[in-house]
Amino acid sequence: MEKTYYNPADLSKFGNISELQPEMGRKFFDYYGEVFKEGALTAREKALIALAVSHAVQCPYCIDAYSTDCLEKGADENQMMEAVHVAAAIKGGAALVHGVQMMNKIKELTM
Amino acid sequence: MGSSVKSLKGRQHELSDAFFQLNVLQAPTQHGDQFPAFAGRLQEHGLYPLKPTGTTILQVNMGKMCNQTCKHCHVDAGPDRKEIMTREIMHQCLEALQQSPNITTVDLTGGAPEMNPDFRWFVEELSKLGRQVIVRCNLTIILANKKYHDLPAFFKQHGVHVVSSLPYFQASRTDAQRGDGVFEKSIKALQMLNEVGYGLEGSDLVLDLVYNPSGAFLPSAQASLEAEFKRRLRSGYSIEFHNLFCITNLPVSRFLDYLVQSGNYDTYMEKLVNAFNPVAAAGVMCRNTISVGWDGYLYDCDFNQMLELQVEQSSPRHIRDFNAAVLDRRSIVLNQHCYGCTAGAGSSCGGETVK
Ligand code: SF4
Ligand code: SF4
Repeated sequence: MEKTYYNPADLSKFGNISELQPEMGRKFFDYYGEVFKEGALTAREKALIALAVSHAVQCPYCIDAYSTDCLEKGADENQMMEAVHVAAAIKGGAALVHGVQMMNKIKELTM
Repeated sequence: MGSSVKSLKGRQHELSDAFFQLNVLQAPTQHGDQFPAFAGRLQEHGLYPLKPTGTTILQVNMGKMCNQTCKHCHVDAGPDRKEIMTREIMHQCLEALQQSPNITTVDLTGGAPEMNPDFRWFVEELSKLGRQVIVRCNLTIILANKKYHDLPAFFKQHGVHVVSSLPYFQASRTDAQRGDGVFEKSIKALQMLNEVGYGLEGSDLVLDLVYNPSGAFLPSAQASLEAEFKRRLRSGYSIEFHNLFCITNLPVSRFLDYLVQSGNYDTYMEKLVNAFNPVAAAGVMCRNTISVGWDGYLYDCDFNQMLELQVEQSSPRHIRDFNAAVLDRRSIVLNQHCYGCTAGAGSSCGGETVK
């Protein structure tokens, strides 16, 4: 049994999830492939979005994969760190905006 | 890495020995696995033994002397390397070309080929023979010394096709790979080339750039990176160029040293092996190129040259014995570094091999 939940070597085994459910696995990977194709957004822009989202969802596999992908696609370090800040701003903002709900509750409960 | 850094040879580093490098390339991974043999992968796709498709390019390595000491250099070139091609060997190259009309292109590389004292003479002789001359110019050489400042005009005079490395459109990654201050000088040199007409839209003075990833990752699709390079170099520095060639760093010499030192060797090789593309394999550059070393010996490519893997024994092995027809019947010598040429969209001196 692994002593840690995350093992970098597991990233390359991602495809194996199809073994237990081939149909859904295939659909997921087809969809995934389609999403990351060059479209209205360039492949580089999509890699930067993916990098930001991987920080927001705090997935170490995705952070690994999309840091590499951003480098490969020619993104520079500033762009990559700015993408992480966008994720941080949204995450932080999302926590803080609930402060309004807290303030509403405070009002409701206090004299 | 500053310019004071020495070559592996100058440091008497074990990886300066080609035999040692081949041992590293064939060793099992840290987990004890063995990477599949490259030859076997070709065999699966009916490409083994790998045969030439007809030699049309003669690549001439004019010596290991260079004004730079880039971290990824597969030649292990640098200011401390003294091996350079003599005029006698150049004469032999010219004779070989005279007998080989199918070789339409001569690709001059090094080191910095311009540092060879007979460089200009050789270019003049080659253009008299009516062959297209490519010079792999590292850009900074143009500014390195007054005597090189007129290289753009010299290139123009002989219609030389200039191919220059620029790892990135910003100083950070360029300097990390090629040395402090290289980016700034490269930009200046590119502007000088533009000034005489190189790289401009519609100009037949061709200026192409080469992109090598500055680390243990692969290059992405050439077209999108080219668009980004054009946009950034035009807006930042008013620089124009024609094509961007994306080249994968092969695990040879100083790049191999970097991979081993940084602990990236196994994962990088795994990446290359997993990205094996039979279409790219069919288009590897050794199928239409012969590489001549500074001392006149013949190789299937510049990488084999650095690993001291000469063309197979039954072929003429020195430029003085050159015979294109016999060489075109040879089997190409392969090893594990060849995975670098066949990963993804493929990699050659002209960039991607999958068109
Ligand atoms: S990569 Fe080119 S410019 Fe850099 S040290 Fe090697 S030969 Fe010189
Ligand atoms: S490394 Fe040389 S011999 Fe091997 S595939 Fe590439 S070009 Fe051919």
